[in-house]
Amino acid sequence: MPDSSPLNTDQPTIAVVGNPNTGKSTLFNNLTGLRQKTANYPGVTVERHTGTIHLDQGEVTLIDLPGAYSLAAHSPDEMVSADVLLGRIEDVPLPSAILVVVDSTNLRRNLFMATQILELNLPVVVALNMIDLATKRGISIDSERLSNELKVPVVPMIAGDATCTAHLKKELQEQLNQTATERNTLVPEVRQQAEKLLAAQKNTQSTITCFDLERAIIDAGGAAETRWLNSSSTHSIATLQSVRSELAPAGTVAALEARSRYAWIDKLVRQIETRSTSKSPVTDLIDRATSHSLIGTFLFLAIMATVFQAVFSWAGPIMDAIDGLTAALATMVNSYLPEGALASLITDGIIAGVGSVVIFLPQIIILFAFIIFLEDSGYMARAAFLMDRLMRACGLSGQSFIPMLSSFACAVPGIMATRVIPNPRDRLVTMIAAPFMTCSARLPVYALLIAAFVPDRSLLGIFNLQGLVLFGLYMLGIVGGILTALMMKRFVLKGPTPPFLIEIPAYRLPNLKSMAIKLLDRGKIFLRRAGTVIFTVALVIWALVYFPRPELLLNDYETQRIAIIDSVSDPAMAAQQIAAIDHAESAAVLEQSYLGRAGRTVQPLFAPLGWDWKITAGVIASFPAREVVVAVLGTIYAVGDNVDETDTRLMQRLRNARDADGNKVFTTGVAVGLMIFYAFCLQCMATVAIMRRETNGWKWPIAAWCYMTGLGYFGALLAYQLI
Amino acid sequence: MTLDQLKPGQSGTVTDVSGTGPLTQRLMALGLLEGTPVAMLRRALGGDPLEIDVMGYALSLRQSEARQITINIDHS
Repeated sequence: MPDSSPLNTDQPTIAVVGNPNTGKSTLFNNLTGLRQKTANYPGVTVERHTGTIHLDQGEVTLIDLPGAYSLAAHSPDEMVSADVLLGRIEDVPLPSAILVVVDSTNLRRNLFMATQILELNLPVVVALNMIDLATKRGISIDSERLSNELKVPVVPMIAGDATCTAHLKKELQEQLNQTATERNTLVPEVRQQAEKLLAAQKNTQSTITCFDLERAIIDAGGAAETRWLNSSSTHSIATLQSVRSELAPAGTVAALEARSRYAWIDKLVRQIETRSTSKSPVTDLIDRATSHSLIGTFLFLAIMATVFQAVFSWAGPIMDAIDGLTAALATMVNSYLPEGALASLITDGIIAGVGSVVIFLPQIIILFAFIIFLEDSGYMARAAFLMDRLMRACGLSGQSFIPMLSSFACAVPGIMATRVIPNPRDRLVTMIAAPFMTCSARLPVYALLIAAFVPDRSLLGIFNLQGLVLFGLYMLGIVGGILTALMMKRFVLKGPTPPFLIEIPAYRLPNLKSMAIKLLDRGKIFLRRAGTVIFTVALVIWALVYFPRPELLLNDYETQRIAIIDSVSDPAMAAQQIAAIDHAESAAVLEQSYLGRAGRTVQPLFAPLGWDWKITAGVIASFPAREVVVAVLGTIYAVGDNVDETDTRLMQRLRNARDADGNKVFTTGVAVGLMIFYAFCLQCMATVAIMRRETNGWKWPIAAWCYMTGLGYFGALLAYQLI
Repeated sequence: MTLDQLKPGQSGTVTDVSGTGPLTQRLMALGLLEGTPVAMLRRALGGDPLEIDVMGYALSLRQSEARQITINIDHS
């Protein structure tokens, strides 16, 4: 299933670029509204945001590129922006114009990438965003003069303001009719060398442009260099190195580029910008408190406690309501349809399948409402600043804290939240470590096993043994996650520690419309990309449980029921006995089902763990979601499938379960092993599906599944063999 | 002296950004080059990372990264 739906290539395209924190996404959201699409670029983990706007000449596609400080690319992910701007991505036409969003309070640094963009020679409009904030801080910018110097239209604006966006649209419309203009480069010596190399290129089929060669010369070891070297066997690194040492005998060409651009920018800024307040606004009072090493850290913990509490407990009632609704819906359908395959498919398959997808939405929406607010207000950067030291001990960086914390509620929103991590390696490691955190779906499994097998007695007078075991399971997850992250950084994703250079933007009030659009987008991504996978697997498991129907067996139980109705006169007693027969019937049917057969077939694999076929079948059935094992065990042990973890009958049955030789099935070793298995295994289709969507491929989710479930297997094996 | 040695409230001017890799390139793209005035704003718990002012915007970087930047401290 390709994750990149094609764009309408007949429409002209405008690329939106800019530094992070320039209000670029707010502007994009306000321009396009709900007419947006989010997909992934092929082969990389960068999201492709596109939207449609209406200009005088008709519909135009807007493509929002990831925020960056430079066009220099040291990874394929960073190369995406340049590839879009050069029209080299399949299904994305060469932009007819570029909209450069610039933070007015921070003109100097923003102009660095703007000058690089200008040299692509496409029509450009510069949006001088957050002009209100600049005015408030005593910064005045002569935008007309800036426009004259850059030789492109400059629109001073506020992203959420309708008059401003109308003006901007007018300028964009005008630029769409312009053709490419040759502009001067600020680093002419590099351009010259690039042109020489381009002329020497023998392969005329090559897509390498002058821009690529400039970047290849400047960004030593970067993505453009790799691409140029791979484009022909005649290209060698020695050629580039001799060019580089000619251009910058003592230093690097990158430094040459930075000096040349900033020399020009500093001169320009001196002419067009005046700052009346000498005191920098970033030292304001709120910042002193929220970024203070002690007060700030304390405030941060308070905010995180609120977020965690919200995701964990606010979502609870809504999730219960969804549960109740699906159950009520199933009952309703059952009352209309005759008993049989169709009714079961609709209730236990489709309705339950949809329910198992929708159940995640409350947590996703609540967490993302917080994350988007924290991000758009500017707090997220401060959180990363405060948590960096702690997270570095785990081989990660400050930006990994929130995704990891969220994963204690649910790994799905946690993994979706990793997109706040700019470094692709750190992002991947966080995604792999996140599912180790004890999520709310593990709790029913833990609760059942602990209540059934851990004696409820106090230890040393203060600790409760059951509580201690639960704490131990949480710690097991945390330690497992940290060790995994450290090992991955050490052995799998080796490389230098990524830099922690993050801008701490000034606090600002988030734009509500933009926040709502982003929130909706996350919900839609989950439903479309993860929902389909979860739903499909839920249907497969349903079929495994339902088929084949053993008619003889069913008739036998029906006869038993009729016998009871005929012989037992007390209706309460009759109902009780019939319920017992129903449960026995379900258990017998499950035993005969494909799932039961699978449990028996695969059981030898789990025999070293002390598991019988019933446990094995439960574990297989809980492939899409861990908590399903409770209901499956309920059915197998003939207690009914509407059991939950507090059902004492199920606990009794588990404790008393015997094998053919009369030995206890759930020994301490088996029980502890099962707990360890569920602490580690990745029995959660939603996590696997969202990992696929976020990494843009099956490689990492499959690797994570094998690794985690393998770890669970060996943990259970050790527990059974040692205890 | 290097940038990481500044105390909160102190300021200086960059005289050199050492190194040749992507990190140095990033620092320079962010506007940290010879002649850029910088000021130390604050440090996180434990002294690392640090937050500095670069001509009107705040940038957070780790102590090890700040060590690559040589500065002249302002005496005022």
